[in-house]
Amino acid sequence: MSFFESHWVLTVLLLLPLAGGVACLFAGEEDAKHVALGTSVVAWLVSLPLFWTFQQGTAALQNFVSIPWIGQWGIGYTVGIDGISLLMVMLTTFIMPMAILGSYSYIKRQQQSYYGMLLILMSAMIGVFIALDMFLFFLFWELMLIPMYFLIGVWGGERRIYAAIKFFLFTAVGSLLMLVAIVTLVYLYFRQFGVLTFAYNDLVQLPITRSLQFWLFAAFALAFAIKVPLFPFHTWLPDAHVEAPTAGSVILAGVLLKMGTYGFLRFAMPFFSYAATSDLVVNTIIVLSLIGITYGAWVAAVQPDAKKLVAYTSVAHLGFVMLGLFALTSESVQGGILQMVNHGISTGALFLLIGMLYERRHTRMIEDFGGIAKVMPFFAFAFVVVALSSIGLPGTNGFVGEFLILIGTFKTHPVAATIAATGVIFAAAYMLPMVQRILYGPVDSDENRGLKDLSLRERIVLLPALVMIIVIGVYPGPFLARTAPSVNALLEQIEVRAVQAPVEPLDADVRFDHMLILGLHGD
Amino acid sequence: MVSLPLLLQEAHAAYEPILPAWILLLPLIGAAVNGIGAFMWRGNKSIPSLVGPLAVIGAFVIVVLNFVAMLTAAPHDPAIVSMWTWMAAGSLSVGVDLQFDQLSILMCLVVTGVSSVIHVYSVGYMGEDPGYSRYFAYLNLFVFFMLVLVLGANFPITFVGWEGVGLCSYLLIGFWYENQDFASAGKKAFVVNRIGDFGFLIGMFLIFVHFGTLSYTQVFAAAPATLAYGGAVVTVITLFLFLGCTGKSAQIPLYVWLPDAMAGPTPVSALIHAATMVTAGVYLVARTSVLFAMSPVSQAVVAAVGAGTALFAATIATQQYDIKKVLAYSTVSQLGYMFLAVGVGAYTAGVFHLMTHAFFKALLFLGSGAVIHAMHHAYHEVHSHEDPNDMRNQGGLRRYMPITFTTMWVGTLAISGIIPFAGFFSKDEIIWYTGAYGYGILWGVALLTAMLTAGYMTRLMVMTFYGENRTGENAKSHLREVPAVMWIPLAILAVLSVIGGWVNIPDALPVLPGVHAFHDWLHPIFAPARGILESHGLNEAHASPIGGGEAMWAGISTVAAAVVILLTFRALIHRTWKPAAESVDPTGLAGVLYNKWYVDELYDRMVILPLLALWRGCWRIVDAGLIDGSINGLASSTRAVGWIGSLFQTGRVSTYMFYFVTGVLVILATFLF
Repeated sequence: MSFFESHWVLTVLLLLPLAGGVACLFAGEEDAKHVALGTSVVAWLVSLPLFWTFQQGTAALQNFVSIPWIGQWGIGYTVGIDGISLLMVMLTTFIMPMAILGSYSYIKRQQQSYYGMLLILMSAMIGVFIALDMFLFFLFWELMLIPMYFLIGVWGGERRIYAAIKFFLFTAVGSLLMLVAIVTLVYLYFRQFGVLTFAYNDLVQLPITRSLQFWLFAAFALAFAIKVPLFPFHTWLPDAHVEAPTAGSVILAGVLLKMGTYGFLRFAMPFFSYAATSDLVVNTIIVLSLIGITYGAWVAAVQPDAKKLVAYTSVAHLGFVMLGLFALTSESVQGGILQMVNHGISTGALFLLIGMLYERRHTRMIEDFGGIAKVMPFFAFAFVVVALSSIGLPGTNGFVGEFLILIGTFKTHPVAATIAATGVIFAAAYMLPMVQRILYGPVDSDENRGLKDLSLRERIVLLPALVMIIVIGVYPGPFLARTAPSVNALLEQIEVRAVQAPVEPLDADVRFDHMLILGLHGD
Repeated sequence: MVSLPLLLQEAHAAYEPILPAWILLLPLIGAAVNGIGAFMWRGNKSIPSLVGPLAVIGAFVIVVLNFVAMLTAAPHDPAIVSMWTWMAAGSLSVGVDLQFDQLSILMCLVVTGVSSVIHVYSVGYMGEDPGYSRYFAYLNLFVFFMLVLVLGANFPITFVGWEGVGLCSYLLIGFWYENQDFASAGKKAFVVNRIGDFGFLIGMFLIFVHFGTLSYTQVFAAAPATLAYGGAVVTVITLFLFLGCTGKSAQIPLYVWLPDAMAGPTPVSALIHAATMVTAGVYLVARTSVLFAMSPVSQAVVAAVGAGTALFAATIATQQYDIKKVLAYSTVSQLGYMFLAVGVGAYTAGVFHLMTHAFFKALLFLGSGAVIHAMHHAYHEVHSHEDPNDMRNQGGLRRYMPITFTTMWVGTLAISGIIPFAGFFSKDEIIWYTGAYGYGILWGVALLTAMLTAGYMTRLMVMTFYGENRTGENAKSHLREVPAVMWIPLAILAVLSVIGGWVNIPDALPVLPGVHAFHDWLHPIFAPARGILESHGLNEAHASPIGGGEAMWAGISTVAAAVVILLTFRALIHRTWKPAAESVDPTGLAGVLYNKWYVDELYDRMVILPLLALWRGCWRIVDAGLIDGSINGLASSTRAVGWIGSLFQTGRVSTYMFYFVTGVLVILATFLF
């Protein structure tokens, strides 16, 4: 068994950035970025073989490790990946070197803490995706908040404090209820089986009465919906994006938002299958997703600030993902997962590109630009390719994801899919005017006339994204093949457990507990 | 490399596609090389001049080999070349599959053939342009996507080409991107096309849900058994697909982008916006003819939209002054003819007109390009900023540009349907079948449009080439014929515009031998759809609505066109125009037509402005107002509550004693009462 098939590769992946982060804090002011880049590239190299050694055709958890940690509470260090988390981990390790190298010239103060924060964040994100213990998961989930809060609050733009607090409060409110729900789950499991455990594999087997499922689902869903963000919980996003430094936006869009959709898929849907597949929940989430797709695109189309525009497109794109997940077909869920990756790559690259403009001109206002294609041809080329990927042009990654989502959704919800498909029109309507106003037209200001095209470093930052946009667009097979067994097993599990969900618990004590939790008990 | 005779010999037994991947790879490699060239060797003109045309000519040669092989083997079923699995999830599996059959090979011949000619022409036309390499990169990429479109063996692969050509169209319309209007025209084309693409997508989804597959051969084979004839499902599927066609092929209501698309370089207008890309919608209806044949409603809608667009666009063309705008509306109008044909069930006639139109419209556009090239050069020499496209600035050019003049006349006679030019045979078939199949009103519309066509084309010829020259005294002396690299393509297309129609000559014409090569060639493609139509008693009539056989009506339509040409010529030949700068815009009915029935303005007011207002409202009122307002309100009310609470924390023991006593009293009171 090679190292990459072994149990420890995930742990190495988890600890490596953390170690690098600590090293950054002690490195010299000018060395921190090199340490960070080196660490993230090594982490990427470590994660890369995972993709090939990953066993296809099985939904079993791989690279699985479970060690008791806080034994008396049933908390363990339990990590492992399936096809879904594999792609999320790969996405994280793929995005981070781009984000770090993209910060090289922009971040000039407190570099040690900046790069330290980035790497700690990286650890936390990987942790969220590999954790299979609810305590561990929640730990990483909350840990993620802290570096992000500082990234926005310290290295952000003018209204950074407002944005950072808004980001923190929105996310924290959601997380609190989720914590309550997790504890409830553990408690219920204890009452039913007499064992205290936080292990995902145990809790996912727990039968929960149908009525209680709705409350617990709601608690999880709120936390994840804010993260996604689902309309109307999205308003923290534009502020956070606009104020965050480029790398912050890249990570936010590239990885952090996926924690929400991943959370639905990994936790909320299998835990509370009955609620998650009920008409009430499915219809509500589909409607909110459709609003996200259309409304997000509309609001994006009238933004004067390029960064804010891209932020709103995330609302639309993640709406597609949510639609795919809750359409509950194999095509749509696989499309949704692939679209999570696609959005990370494309939107991450868009934020990098806008950051490169901002570094040159210190403005993000679209109207300040014009004719950039003339002075920065390579920039224009990259910008157009990335924009087309965001629009979902066939041949780019965006199309494959959207197509699978829509065609899968059409099988179960044809009207919703039709409404969502109008998103392809709106995508052109928000992206192309921005492309035109930034890149085309005459170069009519002296500041723009003197702009330099992308440096070698900047081209290297963008190159991986450009390559992946085409690779996934033309040959998504390897990605879909890895998620297929996990998705099919998950859908089957959800379907079976939804039917099996007890109407009333059999055990009298447990029934009492359920009623207690619901506040339904009378004297 | 296998030798040519061997390849042909092998093909004789059973048709096997020859070098199928290379048909696509050559233009793609060309695009890549020229694209890299646009960054790496921008000043170098010789590499793009070689790579650009050769990539397409190479593809053309392979297509010809395939055509010959198919001619010998005469396969009944399409040959499918599977390359790799593109998207597979759940029950969906979409392969990168190419389909070689009579229709796709014919389209490939037209696409690569006309493209080759236009690539060569571009070497001359774009020779001075600083974006020369970038131009050929886009043009090669276009050919690649267009071939993907016609060769795709399933709906999604066709859709890749469909949107890919749209991208190239966008890039080439806005090729001179420093001009904001040109860039806007490109954007408009893309967005309007996306409305159509939405229809294409929904059509695909419906097909997948009902058939469980998106492959052409499987869907068409299963269609008669799977869907009810004339049922709602097949009607909705085909109407959504047709929405896609109205976008790509510029039909009512989505035609508005095509006239604006003339902002692109003229060879682009010739290739993409006349000969090839805009015919993709006709191709799609022809390709899915089995589905359309199953829905009488959709067939009627296609025919009516086609005829309506043909007439509508022709009226606008009569009052345009920009030579390219005339040709643009003419293209919209001729595409309408093609839809009319496939709509009434005369699929072969529609594809026939698609082919002949590719020849003569490419010729006319390249001819107009030659005129513009000469005009531009003349104005450039005298540093004038007059509009070289405006026919009011032209006139009398036949003296300076005899080859262009002659070939343009060939194109004009061809499009007007004068015997024996190519357009005669294809247009006559359309008009004849429309009448013979019993579409009386549409038949009248088609005939009227044919006369308008002859009229506006003659007007174009007279304004451009006859009378006094209006270019200006100084500029005039710089007018001259275009170089050989540009006029040889004109000559080739002129020859095709004459003989291109001779592959299909009706029996009814006594003076010419009946030839059915074209019909026979496409027979395997359209036999199923024709079978469906005929089994339902449709399209059997073989007399025109007011009597007479095909020969008589062919004669009448060609005579009518000839009369219109003569009358228009006589009416306009002595008329004098002022140069554009001194002219006033027309008023009255002419003004309405000159302003294109104000449809752009209507769309602006009725669609675009209300949408933008809605979108701003969403942002300002819902997002910033309602949602953030309540969030921030919650924050400030929390702060307010905290502030009120803090008032009680005075730090004085006496205050706290007071609260305590009050509290005790309140509790006691509740127990007492």
